[in-house]
Amino acid sequence: MISKYKNKLNSQKIMYAVCLAALPGCLTTIWFFGYGVIINLFSAILFAMLFEALILRVRNKSITATLKDGSAAVTGVLLGLSLPPLIPVWMVCVACFFAIVFAKQLYGGVGQNLFNPAMVGYVILLISFPLAMSTWPAPRGLVESPMEFVALLGIKLSMVNMPDGFTMATPLDIVRHRQGLTINEVWQTANGFGSVSGKGWEWINFAYLAGGSFLVFLGICRWQVIAAMLATLGVLAAAFYDGGSSLSTGSPMMHWFGGATMLCAFFIMTDPVTAPDTTRGLIIFGVGTGMLIFIIRVWGAYPEGVAFAILLMNMTTPLLNRLTQPEAANPKDQANL
Amino acid sequence: MPDALTILLTTLFVHNFVLVQFLGLCPFMGTSRQIDSAVGMAAATTFVLTLSSAISYLVNAYLLVPLGIEYLRILAVIFVIAVVVQLTEIVMKKTQPMLYQILGLFIPLITTNCAVLGVALLNIRQSNNFFESVIFGFGAALGFSLVLILFAGLRERMAGADIPKPFRGTAIGMITAGMMSVAFMGFTGMG
Repeated sequence: MISKYKNKLNSQKIMYAVCLAALPGCLTTIWFFGYGVIINLFSAILFAMLFEALILRVRNKSITATLKDGSAAVTGVLLGLSLPPLIPVWMVCVACFFAIVFAKQLYGGVGQNLFNPAMVGYVILLISFPLAMSTWPAPRGLVESPMEFVALLGIKLSMVNMPDGFTMATPLDIVRHRQGLTINEVWQTANGFGSVSGKGWEWINFAYLAGGSFLVFLGICRWQVIAAMLATLGVLAAAFYDGGSSLSTGSPMMHWFGGATMLCAFFIMTDPVTAPDTTRGLIIFGVGTGMLIFIIRVWGAYPEGVAFAILLMNMTTPLLNRLTQPEAANPKDQANL
Repeated sequence: MPDALTILLTTLFVHNFVLVQFLGLCPFMGTSRQIDSAVGMAAATTFVLTLSSAISYLVNAYLLVPLGIEYLRILAVIFVIAVVVQLTEIVMKKTQPMLYQILGLFIPLITTNCAVLGVALLNIRQSNNFFESVIFGFGAALGFSLVLILFAGLRERMAGADIPKPFRGTAIGMITAGMMSVAFMGFTGMG
């Protein structure tokens, strides 16, 4: 499936390049949110590869050859980066189980899955444990002293309860449920809240943007889908932005550099398996994702819409492929006639 | 008209009949193996649903309520649906023989599509007026059509996949439908 990209790099090298490009974002997330992110990353990669190996074993397939292609590891990395740093490790395990076993291996493994595995794992956790999934630690600079490692370990292993004062809702969540305050008032009341989209988040998104540009430069992910998504999100945000009144939906900058926008744009949406193959299909895919992210963020019950938007657009991928392919190049049409 | 648009979008996405309310699952699983038959089924169901919700409203408002025989409501609504389905079948047999052959058995099955009955009864329970009933029926039908065609696309793509033996066919279809339903939960809280 990845060979569709007509790229000289093989799939293994692509996976390494993706991990490398995610590194700036990884490090920035760790810098702002602490060791929890590292534990998430390692446990997610470990569980993802474990479940992959388990299923391959059950199906009598070569374990090493498949694990080496790195796709399970990439799913682990994406889950590790998108899950909140303080959720217990067993929830990470549940997410990996649904991502690898249900979303990927039941459909025949790498290259045949319909939905983005990491996003399936994320959404299953989000609808099952909404509280744990919307509790983020306050970023560096907003807490007096970072949490001690032993205390963190206790939380990750579900042995102690979450202490007060370390956690806060994410900026998108706060803006969504601000009860009639103007955007400026929110920025002031929420204690040193960053300048654009919340402390820490704007830097994390910027780091993903920088790392992702490297992928675009290498030709690993196609820029059309990214541009279409960011443009749509920006246009919608600008159209509904009224300068920050109490009913405002947030500036384009907040939507671009808030939440998981850049992670989604460069690392999740560009998954070659679950996105359309044709350029026109990709553009429609990007526009749809941008629209859905905005709609769910602004009017939905969940503060962040990225994961849902990806899954919803994944459903349209086969149809987009079919509709945007040139007539003669579509063997399915001929078969049906 | 903003009201109509709200009803339409809510029934289409937020309260999607198949993925959120779990109605009409039999044709959803049964006619989704190929996009072509899914499109046919979607068109037929859209026609039947819209028409039957309109007629059911009229029957309820001008026949059942004035005569005080609301207890015959389910019977009357099923009768209306059956008549509309028969009409569709006759029209389709004459005008679209190819499609009729593909859908075959499924046309009469629209009668037992619980989404059709569900729409008619929900319309009465929510005391929608005539216009709202028609929009509600049309929105439900569009929602059904949308997810049916998307699902058919996904299943066509799965046809060549190396799915583990015990999960082939309906099993993986059910899992896929479950994931679609999970994705539609993103619309929770709107409208």
